[in-house]
Amino acid sequence: MYVAAKGGEKAIENAHRLLAHERRGDPSVPELSLEQITEQLTLAVDRVMCEGSLYDRELAALAIKQARGDLIEAIFLLRAFRATLPRFGGSEPIDTGAMAVRRRISAAFKDLPGGQVLGATFDYTHRLLEATSDSESAQEPARAPSVGAMPRLTDLLGADGLIEGSPQANADGRIGDLTHDPLNFPADRDLRLQNLARGDEGFLLALGYSTQRGYGRTHPFAGEIRHGEVEVEFTPEELGFPVPLGRITVTECQMINQFGGSGAQSPRFTRGYGLTFGHCERKAMAIALVDRALRARELAEEIKAPAQDEEFVLSHSDNVQATGFVEHLKLPHYVDFQAELGLLRRLRSEFERDARAPSLPEAAE
Amino acid sequence: MNAPTYNFAYLDEQTKRMIRRAILKAVAIPGYQVPFASREMPMPYGWGTGGVQVTASILGPDDVLKVIDQGSDDTTNAVSIRKFFIRTAGVRTTTSTQAATVIQTRHRIPEAALGENQILVYQVPIPEPLRFLEPRETETRRMHALAEYGLMHVKLYEDIARHGHIATTYAYPVKVDGRYVMDPSPTPKFDNPKMDNCAALQVFGAGREKRIYAIPPHTAVHSLDFDDHPFERYRLDGSCALCGATDSFLDEVITDDRGSRMFVCSDTDYCDTRRARSHAAEAKEPAHD
Repeated sequence: MYVAAKGGEKAIENAHRLLAHERRGDPSVPELSLEQITEQLTLAVDRVMCEGSLYDRELAALAIKQARGDLIEAIFLLRAFRATLPRFGGSEPIDTGAMAVRRRISAAFKDLPGGQVLGATFDYTHRLLEATSDSESAQEPARAPSVGAMPRLTDLLGADGLIEGSPQANADGRIGDLTHDPLNFPADRDLRLQNLARGDEGFLLALGYSTQRGYGRTHPFAGEIRHGEVEVEFTPEELGFPVPLGRITVTECQMINQFGGSGAQSPRFTRGYGLTFGHCERKAMAIALVDRALRARELAEEIKAPAQDEEFVLSHSDNVQATGFVEHLKLPHYVDFQAELGLLRRLRSEFERDARAPSLPEAAE
Repeated sequence: MNAPTYNFAYLDEQTKRMIRRAILKAVAIPGYQVPFASREMPMPYGWGTGGVQVTASILGPDDVLKVIDQGSDDTTNAVSIRKFFIRTAGVRTTTSTQAATVIQTRHRIPEAALGENQILVYQVPIPEPLRFLEPRETETRRMHALAEYGLMHVKLYEDIARHGHIATTYAYPVKVDGRYVMDPSPTPKFDNPKMDNCAALQVFGAGREKRIYAIPPHTAVHSLDFDDHPFERYRLDGSCALCGATDSFLDEVITDDRGSRMFVCSDTDYCDTRRARSHAAEAKEPAHD
């Protein structure tokens, strides 16, 4: 006897219980604390904050724990929470030139004002699995000599006119927000950079990589990558002047790319720009590459590679959207499948009937 | 830590107002896709976030909600969405098509005719009927603006040339009020005629694609076709094994590994109602000696 797929409600409850059980794992192993995640899985927390577009280390850690370490799921949890938060306004632009720098490198100059500061990086580690725990091997970190001002390389080049100016926000223009307005094309720089900052690291990494392999080549140099704390300021309407809200950690990448210029303008380097919450260096670089590739229209370059195609890139960068739609294929599609099955059977029976029938002259071209 | 608190039906009132404005615009321009600032919902994109946002925006405390997926109230995602509204809005829910004031659906239109006091909310994955012919939004918006729908007719014609039939079996495109070509969401084309001159308001929500569109009550909805190849409503020739219906859309169920099959109504409320009615009729009939 046929039993309709009843009991969905019970099945879901049981699945949730099993999920909670599996998330906890072996109960004889101590449970992860949020402090352990915020302190020891810092880069995972940074990625979830960045793509979740919510600067809150504790909530990001909670999301990572709840998602069993599935970072896209954690990003999704954070985004769904963020969507319900009230907005009270937009901050003043942050000044990365005044950053309390923890890491700053330039691949364009051997030395520059403020120097090169490696900071905490995997860059020159040997990727050998080492079983010793951090507490055994930990040594006091070396203190960086206090350096003076650390002007941005692009500002130094800009002073000589060697690089195009950084686009200035229109003071009374509204900054776009694709979480509050649907994305329309063509999209301007504010929306593009917001989209890329929220975009999936893997997707942007692959697109940036493709530009290096000739699909929309931009001849990039890592002009400067800096990571550290910046102050966030906000101007309440009733005060009329900016007040500090606190500090956030960001990573900024300024790519310097091959020349632009025109009959009216002297040749100069162009820019690609990437900014992320936390320490997401790989992603900041990928954003900068893709940002520059997406300026093809603005710089009158021929658009022929995926990374230059703004509709393609901006419509597919969001991993919460992508994972939802890919995974929705798990939902039942009985009725559509039934409709397809009906047509297929009809076509097959017509095919067999025609194959049996004596050949007729072609009815149609 | 900031303890999360949520508004009635999850969305904050400002967001609801924004969505209601989009719905009003959609009603004013039948079949036109209105961009709206879709929010991140606590369920995945592609799982009904558009429909959920529309429902959340129109739901009042007195509404009675029905949620179906594949025609059934009991499929997992329908259960999940219904529970979401029970939890966040505390509204009454029902499985009865008649009793509901708001029906959120995925992939089906109920078999029972809908009335003017009802709103049917569709979950839409890809709102753009021209998307698979032209991937670019900038291009398709222009085509809609100019009512340039030749490409769609060419596609349907090519189907006929190749297969002898129009090979679109679900999400079959319609023209609304003689103007906009619209995607009815992936409902089987069997359901298309129910959209025409329907007494209920039909609202379509696409969350990931950030579009809302609507068919106001009693609006003409025409399934695209040709004079010599008129629209055909496909229904498997057979009757429901449970209620005997010969007019409903049937789900095929494979019952063993020797090729046995049975067919049952996809609309579970329709099937249950018919069975309850026939039981009642049997009970009423005087017993024969």
